[in-house]
Amino acid sequence: MAEFVFDLEKNADKIQQFKAFMETQKQRKGALMPVLQDAQSRFGYLPKEVMEMIAEGLKVPMSEIYGVATFYSQFTFFPKGEYDISVCLGTACYVKGVESVLEALEEELGIKAGETTPDLQFSITPTRCLGACGIAPVVSVNGELHGHMSKDTVKELLDSYRCKNKQS
Amino acid sequence: MITTERDLITIENLREVRERARVKLDGRLKGVSGIAAWEGGYKLTGPFYEKQQRVVLRNCGIIDPENVEEYVALGGYSALAMLLKDWDPKRVIDEMTRSNLRGRGGAGFPTGRKWAEAYRHDVPQKYIICNADEGDPGAFMDRSVLEGDPHSVLEGMAIAGYAVGADMGFIYVRAEYPLAVERLRTAIAEAHERGLLGERILGSDFSFDIELRLGSGAFVCGEGTALMESIEGKRGMPRTKVYRTSHRGLWDCPTIINNVETFANVPVILEKGVDWFLGIGTEDSPGTKVFCIVGKVNNAGLVEVPMGTTINEIVYGIGGGAADGREVKAVQTGGPSGGCIPKSLFDTPVDFGSLARIGSIMGSGGMVVMDDTDCMVDIARFFLDFTVDESCGKCVPCREGTKRMLELLEKITKGKGEEGDLEALSELGEVITSTSLCGLGQTAATPVISTLHYFRSEYEAHVRDKKCPAHSCKELLEYFITEKCIGCTKCARVCPSACISGKVKERHVIDASRCVKCGACQAACPTGAIIKQ
Amino acid sequence: MKNVTLTINGKTLSVPSGTTVFDAARSLGVEIPALCHHESLPVVSACRLCLVEVEGSRKLQTSCSLLATDGMKVQTETPRLIKYRRAILQLLLDSHPNDCLTCQKAGECLLQKYAYQYGVTFREHDGARRPAQTDLSSPYIVKDDSKCILCGRCVRTCDQVEKERQVLAFAGRGYATRIVADDDKTLETSKCVSCNRCVSLCPVGALLDRRIMGKVRPWEAEVRVKECRSCDYGCHFDVYYKDGKAVAVKARAPEPGRPLCLRGRLMTELLWLERPDTPWRKIGGKFVKASWVKVLGLQRLIDKMELLDAPGDRQ
Repeated sequence: MAEFVFDLEKNADKIQQFKAFMETQKQRKGALMPVLQDAQSRFGYLPKEVMEMIAEGLKVPMSEIYGVATFYSQFTFFPKGEYDISVCLGTACYVKGVESVLEALEEELGIKAGETTPDLQFSITPTRCLGACGIAPVVSVNGELHGHMSKDTVKELLDSYRCKNKQS
Repeated sequence: MITTERDLITIENLREVRERARVKLDGRLKGVSGIAAWEGGYKLTGPFYEKQQRVVLRNCGIIDPENVEEYVALGGYSALAMLLKDWDPKRVIDEMTRSNLRGRGGAGFPTGRKWAEAYRHDVPQKYIICNADEGDPGAFMDRSVLEGDPHSVLEGMAIAGYAVGADMGFIYVRAEYPLAVERLRTAIAEAHERGLLGERILGSDFSFDIELRLGSGAFVCGEGTALMESIEGKRGMPRTKVYRTSHRGLWDCPTIINNVETFANVPVILEKGVDWFLGIGTEDSPGTKVFCIVGKVNNAGLVEVPMGTTINEIVYGIGGGAADGREVKAVQTGGPSGGCIPKSLFDTPVDFGSLARIGSIMGSGGMVVMDDTDCMVDIARFFLDFTVDESCGKCVPCREGTKRMLELLEKITKGKGEEGDLEALSELGEVITSTSLCGLGQTAATPVISTLHYFRSEYEAHVRDKKCPAHSCKELLEYFITEKCIGCTKCARVCPSACISGKVKERHVIDASRCVKCGACQAACPTGAIIKQ
Repeated sequence: MKNVTLTINGKTLSVPSGTTVFDAARSLGVEIPALCHHESLPVVSACRLCLVEVEGSRKLQTSCSLLATDGMKVQTETPRLIKYRRAILQLLLDSHPNDCLTCQKAGECLLQKYAYQYGVTFREHDGARRPAQTDLSSPYIVKDDSKCILCGRCVRTCDQVEKERQVLAFAGRGYATRIVADDDKTLETSKCVSCNRCVSLCPVGALLDRRIMGKVRPWEAEVRVKECRSCDYGCHFDVYYKDGKAVAVKARAPEPGRPLCLRGRLMTELLWLERPDTPWRKIGGKFVKASWVKVLGLQRLIDKMELLDAPGDRQ
């Protein structure tokens, strides 16, 4: 895995917004989860610097934050890609052959499940049942569902997102 | 007119609002295909729906979930209004107890008993939690209710709050369900705006609020106490129960935790009456159950039927049997906590007791149909892989035991099984089931125990003959060249281990002992003569 | 307080209501095995060794969390329980290094004790084990993850000190669960203040007192309990004597009002040991050797005492 450095300067605005959000949560009981969730979606991962801000802001020991962050699979310590591809590993998808779809994705992107491409464009996140078993096997890209996938439609899917990037 | 639509709904004007909304709904649905008027309301039409009885899903696919008035138009919030006006909390609890509504999350604990326990404790703070952390793979009943009829859940929770004396509720929903989260946000906001949540609900003295909390990818948080830990901002590790959660739950206060489907049942039971509800389903398990029938089945989807309907009826009658002209072999119920039921037992009625007797569980309602190409050993391995990954790691038998079971199953599916492995699996299964801390651990071995019981010969074939009868376990397959071979030598040339021999224009042969099973020969063969068996 | 009367292994006794079956059994002299449970800590029922059978209930119950009730009939050593305990101990041994010959904990290790008691031995297998990760960064504590049984005693006791001092936590989940200091730091770079509470409660050799290692083993030592004189709390320390000489000091489990600290431990070493090891101080996330005067913060006192005691200054 490549190393990702968190740029405090470039993220200054986001950090400010995040701190403002944290301020609104401070008094709420059990605020740690919502705050971590916000950080994860705002920064795409949980940079160490941000976890330190949370420790200070919510007065929670660093060990507890780290413990919670490593317990839940949606928190990550490295950035997700611009397009995060969730591959459903539910039972229906499994019996309908999602493994070969995952293999094709890994091969096409040159990364393993759980990793992000060095250009930060794509990441593969194996995920629990997406609840779209009727159209298994399923992958979802940034929440957008794609059903009836097969290893042969993987490249087409990736290309459609690559195109989007070029256009913008 | 627009301003009055935004007005507060009260016990007094509910009827009027409903009548007005009904006219609008009737107008909107007029001529919409697939929806027909039925018993004073509406129903979905078509062969897939005809054999179903939709109680929980009564509004799904019919009303606009982002418009509370459409929910009201079909009787929504009238149960809550009725209670607030005329019933004392005790009566609500007595009626819920009489209804024998059993928890639809899987364990089937009587809802009324749970509520009565929380009611009994006279403390200032109590909580209601809706468990919407639907994590069983192959199950999406709760998602459908949250997306299609969110207000039925909000109303059910408010009723529970009124009954036990709680003014605060949480819905803990999976982050993997973004649309459900969105719909819930909308519904809660709209309920606030119309006086159906918050201070003085429906103009009564009763106040109740609901906060949304999101999961972050931990299956174990579907376990009640782990879910509470998670809401409290901690690692979702189940607690040991010195006291019941209805006595000391969230932040040590009496807490009612029920799942989405259970709450969605509550308003309609009270609106139509307990006797009506008791008339549906069986004595052991009254009411309906929503199932998700998926996998190798023709008509995959959500199915709601009275409890006691046979598996046959669900799989064949509604599901239309196996897809692709294949043969159904088994159905897996209850996700990673459930078992595989062989076709020979498909006349079993689906209710809590019957499923337990044949070694499976109701679970939340996932039903994955398997056909003759599915290897039952591999399915057991799949579920153990899931459990190992999702075990919280707190107690020894689940953390260590499931890991060892998975290692054994991996060994067996790779053709490295040995004499004694099946006995070791059974023994480990018994230990994990009997000694684990929470429901996840106590049921973790069920997929293995049930397949070992009903499909032992498949296990034996893997261990003794190193064969996978379903031709599914990759490492047990052998490539074989049939008589279609034209002797073009292409296969021999691409084989990386040079294990294919034969003369030009004669049938070639694979030396299975040296084959690395890469599949290159099969891809190179121009006549499709190479098969796996 | 109201009493309840129950029967354990056929013997009837009365205990105050609110007593756990585990404690009730102990008061009868019946020891139920347990790894995660400790009287100073909240109950978690994680190790599952203390399961007992209760008449009328098919389900086994953990005695550490089960409150005694009137008329309850409990069995603590049935064939079924013994079978399950053996299986649980086997699962723990399967992940544990076979290192008892040289482990400092041998003789005091609870896992070793119960394995012996129930006749469970190490066995060969190709499966997973805890990764061999040893943190030797601290001169006071050795943290060996490969021996950890994840009972969480260390996490719970660390959690009992003030929030800002809390260092240890569980990280990860399932089989990959680990105990970490802060956000996976070494003990040296973490906020750990080496109070050794965790060491005193670790039932196995995963957290060891580094200053005792190689000096003496429990069965060859004479142990005397000493009260710390560093402050009014008076925490308890074991002083280990070998061949009549005091060679090492180890913190005893913390008690209410006796929280343990490094200073007290060093003070106790200084008072009782003939040749205590050099003390270390943590400065800016680094351990450095220090003088006894410095580490106990006595310089000002000594200066002043010398000043006052100097004969020339007497008036």
